[in-house]
Amino acid sequence: MRRWLLIGIPYLWLLALFLVPFLIVLKISLSDVALARPPYLPQLDLSAGWEGIKTFFAGLDFDNFVFLTTDDLYWRAYISSVQIAGLATLFTLLVGYPIAYGMAMAPDHWRPTLMLLVILPFWTSFLIRVYSWMGILSSEGLLNQFLLWIGLIDQPLTILNTNVAVYIGIVYTYLPFMILPIYATLEKMDGALLEAAEDLGCSRLTAFWLITIPLSKQGIIAGCFLVFIPTIGEFVIPSLLGGSGTLMIGKILWEEFFNNRDWPVASAVAVVLLLILIVPIILFQRNEQKQREREG
Amino acid sequence: MMKRLATMTAACALTAVAATAEEVRVYNWSDYIDESLLEKFEQETGIDLVYDVFDSNEVLETKMLAGGSGYDVVVPTGTFLQRQISAGAFQKLDKSKLPNLENMWDVIADRTSKYDPGNEYSINYMWGTTGLGVNEPKVREILGEDAPVTSWDLIFKPENAEKLAECGIHMLDAPAEMIPAALNYMGEDPDSHDPDVIARAEEVLMPIRPHIQKFHSSEYINALANGEICLAVGWSGDVLQARDRAAEADNGVEISYYAPDEGAQMWFDQMAIPVDAPNPEGAHVFLNFIMDAQNMATASNYVYYANGNEASQEFLAEDVIGDPAIYPTPAAMDNTFTTTPYPVRVQRVVTRLWTKIKSGT
Repeated sequence: MRRWLLIGIPYLWLLALFLVPFLIVLKISLSDVALARPPYLPQLDLSAGWEGIKTFFAGLDFDNFVFLTTDDLYWRAYISSVQIAGLATLFTLLVGYPIAYGMAMAPDHWRPTLMLLVILPFWTSFLIRVYSWMGILSSEGLLNQFLLWIGLIDQPLTILNTNVAVYIGIVYTYLPFMILPIYATLEKMDGALLEAAEDLGCSRLTAFWLITIPLSKQGIIAGCFLVFIPTIGEFVIPSLLGGSGTLMIGKILWEEFFNNRDWPVASAVAVVLLLILIVPIILFQRNEQKQREREG
Repeated sequence: MMKRLATMTAACALTAVAATAEEVRVYNWSDYIDESLLEKFEQETGIDLVYDVFDSNEVLETKMLAGGSGYDVVVPTGTFLQRQISAGAFQKLDKSKLPNLENMWDVIADRTSKYDPGNEYSINYMWGTTGLGVNEPKVREILGEDAPVTSWDLIFKPENAEKLAECGIHMLDAPAEMIPAALNYMGEDPDSHDPDVIARAEEVLMPIRPHIQKFHSSEYINALANGEICLAVGWSGDVLQARDRAAEADNGVEISYYAPDEGAQMWFDQMAIPVDAPNPEGAHVFLNFIMDAQNMATASNYVYYANGNEASQEFLAEDVIGDPAIYPTPAAMDNTFTTTPYPVRVQRVVTRLWTKIKSGT
């Protein structure tokens, strides 16, 4: 009995926080837009009993999903989101790995402080941090003023409202999610392995490639998924830092929802996004499981 | 045990007190009121005022259609109001609780009854036009002394837009205003609901899109005032606020507003009470407070928008009532157009065209 309870609670969470909201979105994606409150039909009328449920299900169809195939805007937005998320993940890895490495190699008594410095930005609201990047990157911003001052450029660079700003925003925001899992694997690494490699005539660089990287593979994979998955559906960063040409599915979803008031199509866009994400999520789960098996 | 019970009772009593303190929640456009009025309302009525802001009708409409927004007073623009009324989002006003209705201006009430027949659901807060905010010295420096600052040519002619791009152009992120403006410029019916006619707006907007730095509906106030941009398609009072901010900062930036010669869209922001407002009683108190002649004049003097309150006109500052950019002459009023809400299928065409214009795809 107690065992069932223990297993049951996480599943209950999953049911309440994932499955129920998903079913609501799925239901809306199968309905039709209407001028009403809320703006779609059919509504489930339980007071009409079994008949009400039957007419409700009869009113559902897949028209909105078919609609998504009629305009290539949606597919291009999905592909562009995957591209931006993939490239941003790579940049985050390139920035995050050296930081995690430095942290793991630092003397023991420094590590808690370094860890604190990585987590510290979370103490400020995400939105405020993105807004401050607007102040840094704008043409009259801190970065341009600094570059002009040191004489590196003589015209302010246009960074804000371009994809470059989006990449900077994503790398900055998601960096801790990359650093922490890599640091966790590097910290556990046995330093004696590197010494042995050097004793056997391996250069430091070769030892890094042959030993450190493979041993931190699990951390790299976990970090990449933790950055890639939320970045695909990112809305705040592209809308605040990106330009009008930044095509991401989060923005399309916003337009369907707010400009068109078409909740059913917006929900269909969201369901397809989830289907696209299921593949990396399953791969991520497999990776985690493999790691647990290895350690267990 | 007794002690614990006592603290619990005390805690319950406290929440009870908090619940009885009356509260009115207002959701209005950003930069759209003199904030001293908010304090005055609380002092006069003893009602707590929660005041939140938005910068797009779309955000407000989604909240209204979802229901349960928790707001008592909201301020949609006429076309959006009309659609939300038919969706059943608002409650009829109890005019017996609004003695200040007698202050309202029949000229404006007549125009707003197009969206809200008989003005049963709403009162006019402010109205204005959509036109050009111009940093005149800068624009003349680039285009020459005879720059067409009072014409849509200034932005809709690609050669002008291209030259002005170097000093920065912003455009409202509001398809329901930009597409009618383009159609009007082409000589088409700005209120057309025919998808083929709407599609033609692309011919005007697409060639100039590479020269638009940003599509946004509130950032241009500061951008104009700081001199970051020299041209914006914006709302009359917002541009005039930018003019004043620049004058206050004394940064050498000079901003003017023009309702273009070819015609400008006229719009009306209406205060209404959501059907599920938690405190409709308090909402009526707020509406009546706003319709007070002195209060409405204070608001207009601060935000530089004209209002629908005739009695307030004697309290308006000379640079408000006397400025034709705010209170247009009757002839200029005739040179404006209004629009009606798009049906769902047409709305999709409009949004898709807007996405295409903004993103180039």
